Amino acid sequence: MIAIHPRQLSPLERKNLRKGLFFISPWIIGVLVFTFYPIVYSIVLSFARYSGLQPPTWIGFQNYIRLFGDELMRQSLGNTMAYISLAVPIGIVVAILLALAMNTSVREVAVYRAALYLPSVLPLFAISFIFIVLINPKYGIVNYALSGFGLFGSPAGTDYLADPTSALLVIVAIAQLGAGNAALIFLAGLRSIPDTLYEAARIDGASRVRSFFSITLPLLSPIILFNAITAIGAGLQTFQQAYIITKGGPNNGTLFYMYYLYDTAFAQAQLGYACALSLLLFVIGLVLALVLFTVAKRFVNYELVS
Amino acid sequence: MSSVVSTTSTINKPPVDQQTVARQRQRRAMTKLGESVVARVILIATCVLFLVPFYWMFVTALKPDAELSIFPPELWPRAVQWGNFLAAVNTFPFWTYFGNTLVITAGVIIGSIISNLFVAYGFACIRWPGRDLVFYIVLATVFIPLPVALIPLFDMFAYLHWTNTFLPLIVPAFFSSSFYVFMLRQFLLQIPSDLLDAARIDGASELQILWRIIFPLARPALAIVAILSGIAAWNDFTGPLIYLQDDTLRTLSVGLETFRTVNSQDVQVNLLMAASLLVIVPTVILFLFCQRFFVRGAILGSIK
Repeated sequence: MIAIHPRQLSPLERKNLRKGLFFISPWIIGVLVFTFYPIVYSIVLSFARYSGLQPPTWIGFQNYIRLFGDELMRQSLGNTMAYISLAVPIGIVVAILLALAMNTSVREVAVYRAALYLPSVLPLFAISFIFIVLINPKYGIVNYALSGFGLFGSPAGTDYLADPTSALLVIVAIAQLGAGNAALIFLAGLRSIPDTLYEAARIDGASRVRSFFSITLPLLSPIILFNAITAIGAGLQTFQQAYIITKGGPNNGTLFYMYYLYDTAFAQAQLGYACALSLLLFVIGLVLALVLFTVAKRFVNYELVS
Repeated sequence: MSSVVSTTSTINKPPVDQQTVARQRQRRAMTKLGESVVARVILIATCVLFLVPFYWMFVTALKPDAELSIFPPELWPRAVQWGNFLAAVNTFPFWTYFGNTLVITAGVIIGSIISNLFVAYGFACIRWPGRDLVFYIVLATVFIPLPVALIPLFDMFAYLHWTNTFLPLIVPAFFSSSFYVFMLRQFLLQIPSDLLDAARIDGASELQILWRIIFPLARPALAIVAILSGIAAWNDFTGPLIYLQDDTLRTLSVGLETFRTVNSQDVQVNLLMAASLLVIVPTVILFLFCQRFFVRGAILGSIK
């Protein structure tokens, strides 16, 4: 470790230290003002009652006691967890399949890549708008298609937003449109696996399926882990779709944690409690990431990945 | 050829004659053809699935009001109404929202390029004690989720009376973002330090090096930062939702949504779709012309 006490540095090192700190000063200020200070303040606020209009009043652990008895919090957490446990695995599978398909030597690959990546660049709110139209029970084309184009029984579509479970599934489906991003990363990973491995396997008599599970998947495992953690992090913050399409309904079936947090803070002006909620979210995110890392140690293989 | 090239295989293979080799080669070629057919089918089917929402958006935008609730839904309007785009722009305060979004996006892009380049230069091109240790902290902060800071930040901006202005949305961009710093640093590390040292020996100051040498060389990476940060700002919903209360200040994202819920009687779906399309179109065009930047950005960001 390099000594960082100024008196032990050579004049050149001191000069460079000054220069270095000067250039990264925007980052230092940014992190202190926009990250560290808010986190500390968030912790402090979580012990207070604060409506934003009057100064906060200290109430000790009351927010946390309320947190653990809060039925809505538990429901929103459950919804978010259910959403993550569906959307993340499905998303990874879809992304890997897409990457495999894009990896074949089809000449017009660039067209597919563009078409599949495009939706993940577009704003969630616009996608939410169009989904409202797509699943409208009276004239939505998705309802029409899923009812078998009128072939199976009544052609009148079901309202997928009326049932909490199907509403959740709708939001899971929307999330898959963003798979293009992950697919690109998987594609890069696929390309970095040396062909010689596959050839050796083929010579030894391995089938395509076998070499997929024995070569491709293990070598992709670091990328799978990375995508899983990123997806879980994003999933914990799901907000826009719920706000635009379902407003948390029906029966709080799509009341995601972020939506509940937003509502508590800005609709009900309970900023202190909302801080407690956000800290809980932070801790949960950390715990999930740690769990994933520990579990992954047994499965993730870092050799041979360039 | 009368024999197969020897391999490290432990299976004892009998000597293979030409006919079998030819047959095996043909079978492999057929499998390859089969593979590419299957791949094509999967790709085309997925593309159709992914693009259906946007096709539907386009089609709905062109339908006159009367055709909106036809059941079963029709794949193409009977009477194509291009005028809907004009009507949409007139029904929503579209140009207000558009102008606001433009200002915010421009501010964010400028701030991102300047601050991230500065900071990445500090981490990549100057050797100073403790540099790599501090960079680990940068890495760690990439993973900190925003919600934790959301409420205190709002409180802080409220205290500064910055709520209901663009400031909370633009100013943070001038203080760099750990993710872009990471990405730019990866890029800048590839520039040979001999080049920079030579300039230093010739008496150039760090700022001169940054402006004359690094900035021109870093243009591709800066383009990625500009595009990614610009699109993030253009599409941002939660930020404007929290900080912009006046309808005259709202951006396209929040503006359309609030207008839709407030005036749900007057706003027809086709107008909403037309307006949404107008919002999306710049991003789509940018994407089609600058695909490689997106791709490179996605990949650069994932290398750890």
